[in-house]
Amino acid sequence: MKLRSTSAAAAAAVVLALTATACGGGSDSGSNGDKITVGIKFDQPGLGLKTPDGTYAGFDVDVARYVAKELGYAEDKINFKQAPSAERENLIKNGDVKFVVASYSINEKRKKEVDFAGPYFLAHQDLLVRADDSSITKVEDLNTKKLCSVTGSTSAQNVKDKLAPKADLQQLGGYSECLTGLENKAVDALTTDDSILAGYASQKEHAGKFKLAGLRMSDEKYGIGVKKGDDELRGKINKALEKMVSDGTWEKLVKQHFGPSGYKYEAAPKVEN
Amino acid sequence: MFDFLDSGQYDLLGAFWVTAQLALYSAIGSLIWGTALVSMRVSPVPLMRAFGTAYVNIVRNTPLTVVLVACLLGLNQTLLITLGGERSEGIGFRLAVLGLVAYTGTFVCEALRSGINTVPAGQAEAARALGLSFTQVLTLVVLPQAFRAAVTPLANVLIALTKNTTVAAAIGAADAAFLMKEMIENEADALFAVFAVFAFGFIVLTLPTGLILGWAAKRLAVKR
Repeated sequence: MKLRSTSAAAAAAVVLALTATACGGGSDSGSNGDKITVGIKFDQPGLGLKTPDGTYAGFDVDVARYVAKELGYAEDKINFKQAPSAERENLIKNGDVKFVVASYSINEKRKKEVDFAGPYFLAHQDLLVRADDSSITKVEDLNTKKLCSVTGSTSAQNVKDKLAPKADLQQLGGYSECLTGLENKAVDALTTDDSILAGYASQKEHAGKFKLAGLRMSDEKYGIGVKKGDDELRGKINKALEKMVSDGTWEKLVKQHFGPSGYKYEAAPKVEN
Repeated sequence: MFDFLDSGQYDLLGAFWVTAQLALYSAIGSLIWGTALVSMRVSPVPLMRAFGTAYVNIVRNTPLTVVLVACLLGLNQTLLITLGGERSEGIGFRLAVLGLVAYTGTFVCEALRSGINTVPAGQAEAARALGLSFTQVLTLVVLPQAFRAAVTPLANVLIALTKNTTVAAAIGAADAAFLMKEMIENEADALFAVFAVFAFGFIVLTLPTGLILGWAAKRLAVKR
């Protein structure tokens, strides 16, 4: 009898698991009944970060929460899914996520694959330098410096092709690796979007060690990626973003996530329709 | 679909050339280091045997990414060792070769050890009876036969090494994987084409390696 009840429980668990996966796989819109799946970064402090206790924090995360709330999903109805840079388009196209808020710069090639709501943030390529280093004041100074960025990133290509072709550019797997080198003076500056840099500089363990140089070397408009042709959702997200700016939430969130670094952020960009 | 290849923006051959160089230098280095390791593992000195066993078991079981990032963060960024490289790409390349040799050497060592096991114990005993020293027994009798028996496993190691070079992009060596990351960033509308191009490139590198060394293994095997 003991055995039978155990096997019955096991069978029930299997059936439950199967139906659960069927539900997860069957929904083609990233929203499953009363739940919604949103793509974010898991590894960018200040923007989208999965903390060791399993919660999510960052500006992108809070924007995603606000938009989801406006779409009618309470906070506990949001599933966050990791959306690494190379996978964002496919996650949206396959319907694995409803929308993506992941420091997603709007550009022409990406627009061919997905539609963008927003922009909700205007970032610039900038430099993170040691707090006591004031030798970089303009772009030309970079040609004699050692820079660090993430392998293949737009920022790295900008430096190589346009901004400072003579600079010694080290390209590594992640920004964290660059920070070690920056701290130990193996490199002079870390370059990428200022929002990402501000996120790192605002981290408790880095407080006071680094500062932003404040060079605005490019314009990166962050948009929210949605499925191509889904104008209804895009319109709703745009409305939510406009409301977020007008009710002061935007300002509050930016201060909360980037404030400690002394980052001079731009005013909220106007939503493009 | 593949029009990004015609833009002239990407130096595909150059990137694969760096990959081939990485594989070549690391292969030579790990062959030497692996031979040294296997000599330690079969030597009559307990300390050397213990070092060889410990090194192989620790490094072989450490993920390659960890080995390479440890080279970068530990040697370069903290101790500021450049291995004679001037610019970051050169430093990354040299560090990557160092890490790949340290890692692949363990697999070479184990492949050679399996080759040594094919040499009948009687041969080593006979060589000792003739008065040859340990070094002489190893270099004149055992290792030449061990290498010939180990060509197939060594070819396996070489193919794995060629593919492992992609990890070097994580520490800034400008190899094929490095270029692939650039393309992924720029060509959001042709991701699968990008993957296909690089998969094909690696097959072009590794398939002939396997075929040639497979043929060589048959030719070189010691007939017993």
